[in-house]
Order: sequence, then structure tokens, then C-alpha cells
Amino acid sequence: MADAPKTAAAPEGTDGQGTDRRLVAKHGRLVVAGLLAEFPSAETLKAAAARVRDEGFTRWDVHSPFPIHGIEQAMGIRPTPLPWLVLAAGIAGGVAAIAMQWWMNAVAYPLVISGKPFFSLPANIPVVFELVVLFAALAAFGGAMALSRLPQFSHFVFRASAFGRVTTDGFFISIEAADAKFDESATRELMESLGARGVEICRESTGGRHLPKALTWGLVVVGALALLPPLGIAAARHRKSEKPRLHPIQDMDFQPKYKAQAHSALFPDGRAMRPPVPGTIAVGNLNADAHYYLGYRLKQGTGDRGQGTEAKGQTEDDREYFTTFPPQVEAKMRELMDRGQGRFNIYCAPCHGLVGEGDGMTSVRALERRDPEWQVPTSLHKPAVRGQPVGRLFNTITHGLGKMPSYAAQIPVEDRWAIVLYVRALERSQNAGSEDVPEDIRPQLR
Amino acid sequence: MSTPDLPADDNTANDPTRRAPLVIGRQDYASVTETVAKVAERRTCSPLWYGAFLVSSALTGVFFLLIGYLIVTGVGVWGNNIPAAWAFDIVNFVFWIGIGHAGTLISAILFLFRQKWRTSINRFAEAMTVFAVACAGIFPAIHIGRVWVVYWLAPYPNQMQIWPNFRSPLLWDVFAVSTYATVSVMFWYLGMIPDLATLRDRAGTKLRRLAYGAFALGWRGSARQWHVYERAYLFLAALATPLVLSVHSVVSFDFAVSQVPGWHTTIFPPYFVVGAIFSGFAMVIMLMVPAREFFGLKNLVTARHLENMNKILLATSCIIGYSYVMELFIAWYSGNPYERFAFMNRAFGPYAPAYWTMITCNVVVPQLMWIKKCRVTPWIMFVVAVLVNVGMWLERFVIIVSSLSRDFLPSSWGLFVPTKIDVLMLMGSFGMFFTLFLLFCRFLPIVAMAEVKQVLPHGEG
Repeated sequence: MADAPKTAAAPEGTDGQGTDRRLVAKHGRLVVAGLLAEFPSAETLKAAAARVRDEGFTRWDVHSPFPIHGIEQAMGIRPTPLPWLVLAAGIAGGVAAIAMQWWMNAVAYPLVISGKPFFSLPANIPVVFELVVLFAALAAFGGAMALSRLPQFSHFVFRASAFGRVTTDGFFISIEAADAKFDESATRELMESLGARGVEICRESTGGRHLPKALTWGLVVVGALALLPPLGIAAARHRKSEKPRLHPIQDMDFQPKYKAQAHSALFPDGRAMRPPVPGTIAVGNLNADAHYYLGYRLKQGTGDRGQGTEAKGQTEDDREYFTTFPPQVEAKMRELMDRGQGRFNIYCAPCHGLVGEGDGMTSVRALERRDPEWQVPTSLHKPAVRGQPVGRLFNTITHGLGKMPSYAAQIPVEDRWAIVLYVRALERSQNAGSEDVPEDIRPQLR
Repeated sequence: MSTPDLPADDNTANDPTRRAPLVIGRQDYASVTETVAKVAERRTCSPLWYGAFLVSSALTGVFFLLIGYLIVTGVGVWGNNIPAAWAFDIVNFVFWIGIGHAGTLISAILFLFRQKWRTSINRFAEAMTVFAVACAGIFPAIHIGRVWVVYWLAPYPNQMQIWPNFRSPLLWDVFAVSTYATVSVMFWYLGMIPDLATLRDRAGTKLRRLAYGAFALGWRGSARQWHVYERAYLFLAALATPLVLSVHSVVSFDFAVSQVPGWHTTIFPPYFVVGAIFSGFAMVIMLMVPAREFFGLKNLVTARHLENMNKILLATSCIIGYSYVMELFIAWYSGNPYERFAFMNRAFGPYAPAYWTMITCNVVVPQLMWIKKCRVTPWIMFVVAVLVNVGMWLERFVIIVSSLSRDFLPSSWGLFVPTKIDVLMLMGSFGMFFTLFLLFCRFLPIVAMAEVKQVLPHGEG
């Protein structure tokens, strides 16, 4: 690349001798590479070109600062195949665009967008159009480069001192020495007879065209350095590590925020978490119906903190337990009795026993093991229990009593009432008198 | 036949008996090269160039610092909100992509129509296109919020096994703008290769020889090269012509395909394309008037060139005016209360000043160009061009922001107010544009020398 301008800058009239000497010193022998003849105007150039063509030269060219009208005919240049290349690329672009959109949106990733068809040509036209233009334009540019053999930094015409004018106002004919008809003196005479203003013989080293050493090594070094990042990435992908992976793009993974129990200088109490305002009731926990949800109400004069609340500081004495079932339960006693039996057998029978005498399997086992901690479950048939109002029983299931834990978490309100109902039935079954027996079979009793 | 009452450097007279010269001042091939190449070869520039470069590169620096700030902090540094999720970012994008259109129009469409006067200004316009598209490309890239995954826009095989939705205008936009940028760069560069070779052959220092030599690719001006080159140039022009019409149409689909009142109209594609050409020509005039003055190009870029551009400016201004009226008519004629409200809101709502400034700058002021004196007086056309650019920027603002801020439900209304960052980034994008342009003027052939030589009176060899 650096060779070209060197000769262009050589002083007039030396016929490139100074450059030649340097090249000889560097590369060895020089051979004639071609001939360059300068013509005074585009018109004389065109006439001369026609003659050169007629003489039968094949490896020659015409150089001018702008395209000369009609020079193709004068030189006999065949039309370039570039149009076919552009057409082919345009068709390829269109086919590729349709295939891409069909495959991506209708096959690989069919995504419903407002119920539109997966493959709809009207919506695909813009991208088809753009890719047709893009492919065709790339073919036009790339094809032009390839067909005119560019980039080509080294050429014998650049060794001619006058050639620098070709891009300003110089008109030239160049003939390669490799042409069969080329003869150094005869071709020079031909050029002069055609009106050439000056003829130069261009020489080239036999060492071939190659890049300057510094450039070669520079490219090697840059190429090697450019390989480092992809190699690093490839290595990292195939190496195991116990460290957490690199996380350069954090997206929204880490955001400034308070976590539970964290300190905050913003509030006087220094807590980031705000306690609810006193009296706040969580959603779904209003439980205003004390009969149904609590089974008791507060006696008159024990504070007006709302009938349904379980405020702290209450004692048993403040409570007045309901002795009747709440209306919601009254409404479906039969149904709840069956439900209560099922729930009782699941939740209560393990300790209290299927009949409720406090002899459940857990207790039997604990007694067998002589567990010193074990407290025998209460029999539900003790008079103390039988005398309790239903609200009290409900409250015991809700909160537990003694060793018995709370069952509020496991057993919903309605099921707790169902269990109470069933317990009442059990109690009655174990303490029945003759009056409990239907009258028609009472005589069979002893 | 010569008209004695005409000054030597005036080629604006319309004498039907002779063709007005495209360049003046007794040019030959060498003088054309000398005039143009010397601009890129001077060792020192005027203090004015340095001053302008200092300001524009400082603004560019601010622009990139703010982009960094935006990426680190988030798009909340802009005034964008819901409902006005698109504001300055998209306004700037549409504005800059529109500016780019004049370059392709001058290069490609005037080339296909054999308008030879384009040769003096096409390189300018193409360069302007490339720089404007560079400015335009930045805004949609940074407005997505997470810039580091901008490659998700492209259809590429990924671990998520998902593909873009090709039924969305936003994806068409990605294809249109990237194709446009690619083709514009190729067109600009292909046209510049012979002129880069000129600079290579005239280079005084080794560094310049190497740099220009590398980019000139070893161009020899050979007839076989010219033959392929001319054909390739014709193809690029023929491809760029429908492309330039498609790009702004696709940009307008971003709006027209949605259902927001004020956006959902069929006039948008032609209206956007004309607006783009209008603003682009204004930008070419804005750059050309001072440039021909400072770089001594008055003989190549003659008063007639400027007059021709002003005629196109006037024509496009009238089409724009027609579009504004037609938008209003259709809003009324549609009988759609939301459409009617959208347009009443533009004219009399919170952004009314922007609307009326837009009307004044885009429709009223360019009417000056009916007067010949205004068409040939540089300072007048410069002022008009600046105002047109202001107006065209406001047009995009009015379309985007006023429509978004007042959509169907009053409960979702919300005004957009630009932040300091918004304003500075707009200025920064201008800084980047002018920085690139000043560098172009300093180092590259700013007029297509090889093409001008073809239109010299004795150029047809």
C-alpha cells in the first residue's frame, strides 16, 4: 500500500529511477511490468483507446479522473454482470425475509398477538422490502468491489511518476508487459504515434507484491490480541468455579430497600417495619359476631373495647359464655352433626378417645410407656365438662386448655361448632336416661 | 448569446435559450480539484472552525456523559411519564432520521432524474445523512431503558428460545433504520472513493498518504473500474430511492398503526416522508450557506444551487401545509369525537404554543421563497432554514407528546414537562452532528470532484 504514493511523489523526469534503486536494494532484480502513456485530453484518449483495441491488445486499461462517455465501446468492454448479481441478491433477500418471518413467528415461536394470524403477509412486507434493498445494496457494493478488483493497493501504474494526476486531470493508457502483443519499444512508438504526451516504462521487483513487514507484524499482533477476549469468554464458560458467577449487569436484582427487622433512622422508634395502628384488624379477621366466632361476650362494665375483640387483660370472670348454638349452626344441625363426628374422630379422638372418655391411642401409649410428663386427657363425660356452656367448649377448642393446644389454625370456625355439637351428642349418649329412649321401645328396657 | 446585464457570478437567470451553467468562474479539471481538495489539505483552519469545533465537541462530550448518566440511573432522568412514555427521545429520533432523508433524496432521486445540479451538493447531503442517522440511532437505543440488552431487538438464536414479533411496526423500524444507515454509508463511501484517491495522490505527508490510500482502496480511475462503479452507483441510487420513501413511512407506522387519537391516520406515511425531505433540505441549506462562504466553494455551489434547493423547500412546505389542513379536515370529517378533541387540543390545549410556532415556521415563513430575492440571498435562506428546522422539530413534538398526553380517558391524562437532561441531550445531539460535520469538512472531499468534472461545459469527453 505504501508503495503506490512513493512513486507518485517522485520528482518529474527521473522515470522512477530513484525509486527503482531503492526497490532494487530492497527486493533484488526489477522487471518491466508495463507501460503508461499520458494523453492530453479525453477526446484523444478515446481515439487512442479505439486504436489500441484494434491492435489486438487484451491486458490494458484506460485511466481518467472521471468516467468518459463512450469509452466502453471504444475499448470493447463487455457489460458488467453486476445487474444479475444485484437481482439475485434482491431475490435472496426477499426469500430469506419471508422464510425468516414465517419460521420465527409461525413455527419456532408462535405468539398470539391480538388474535392476528401467525403468518400474515401484509405485516411481513416492510421487513421483506428492507431486506431486499439491504441484500441488493450489499451485492451492488460488494460486487462492484469484487468485479473491479478493489481493494488492490499495489499496481505497476502507481510506479509511474505522472500517474498522480489521474485523479485530477490526467488521461492515461496502461498496457501490461504480460500482454502477448507487448513490446517495450514498439508499444512505446505506438503510443507516441497516437498522440501520447509522455510514455513511461514501469518496473516492478520480482519479489512479488507483499505487505510491508511492519504492517504484517502489526496485523499479526492486533489479530492475536483480538483473540484474547473471545478465548477468555470461551475458557470461562467451560471452567467450574465455586465462586458466585460474575454479575456485571445487575438489572433490578439489587435494589435499595428495607428488610424486615432492619433499622431505620427515619422513624423515632428506629424500626424500618411499621407496627399497625392500635385497633387495626387484619383483613378477614373482623369477627364482629361474638357468638359465632368467640362463643362468649364480655360482661357489662368490663370495658367497651368492642364485643368481638379478644383484647388482652380479660379474665374468665369478664366473660359470659353462650349456652346456645349460634344461629348459623342451628340452621344446619343435621349436616353439622355428621361433619362434627368426622372432625372429632380426626382431631380429638387421638387423645380424648372415640367415645370421649380420655382414652385415646396417644394416651394409652403414653401410659404404657409410663411417661412421667403425661397428663391424662379429660373425659368429656365428667360433670364439670358436661355442665359447661357450648360457648366454653368452643373457646377451649379455639385456644386450648392446660396441655391441650389451640386448634384454631387447623379447624375452621364452623367445624369447631360441629365438633362441639358432636361432643354434646357423645355426652348425651354416655349419660342417657330412660327418657332419652323413644317411647315405643322404652318397654324393652330393663 | 450572453446577457450583459447579468453579473458574471450570477447563474440564476432563467434564459430559455441557453442552459444555465452548473458551475461558474471558468473552471477546469485542475481548478475543481484544487478548490475542493485544498479545503481538506490546509494545515491550519480559521479560528472560526476551531471555535465551532470546540463548542460542538464540548456538547458532544456532554451528550455522552449524559448518556452514561442515563444508563447508570435509568430513563427517569428524562421527563417521560405515563401516559407520555415517548417524548424527547422519540421526537429527536424522528427529527434526526428525517434530516437524513434530504441526503438520500439529493443523491439518489435527483441522480435518477438526471438533475445534474446535484453534483455540487450531494456529498454534503450524503455526509449529513450519515451523521444524522448516527444521531438518530442513539435515541431509540438508549430509550429502551436497559441499553445492555439492545441486541434483543435483533432476531438471533437465544437461550430464551423466543423470537421478535414481526407484526410490530417497532420491529419494522429496526430493520428500516439499520438498512437505511447501511445503505447510506455505502452510498456515501462508494461515491467518495475516487475523491479519496484524489486526496491520496495529492497528499503531502506519509500519514495522509497512508490514511487516504487505505480508504481509496487503490482506486486507479481505470475505465473498467469506472464501468462497474457507475453501474453500482446507479443501483445504489435506484435502491436508495424507494428505501428513503419507505424508511419514514415505517417510522410513521410506529404511530399510525397504534390507536392513539391524533396518530391513527392514513395520511401519516406521505406526510412524514415530505416532512423529512422538507427538514432535510432546510438542514442542507443551513450547512451549505456558511460552508460555501468559509471554504471558498461559491463557484461550485452557486446561487442557482441554493435557489433550486429553496424551490424544493417551498414545494415541500406547501405539501406540509396541505397535510396539516387535511389532518384537521379528516379529524372533523371522521365524526370521531376523540380525533376531533385531539386536534382541538393540539391547537388550543396545553401545547398550543408549540403548535402555532410549528405552523408559522413550517407553513408561513417558507412562503417567503416565492420571492426571488429571498431565494438567492444567503442570510435570508439561512434564517428560514433554521426556522424550518425549529418548526419540524416542534412538529414531531406536537404529534408525539400532545397526542400521548391526552388520550381516551381523562383519568389517564398527564402532561410532559422536559427536564434539564432532556434539553441538554437534544443540544448534545446537535453537538455530535456538528462535530462530525466539522470533521468531515476538515478531512474529507466535501464536493464530489469526479462528478463535478463530468458536468463542466467541456466535461463530456
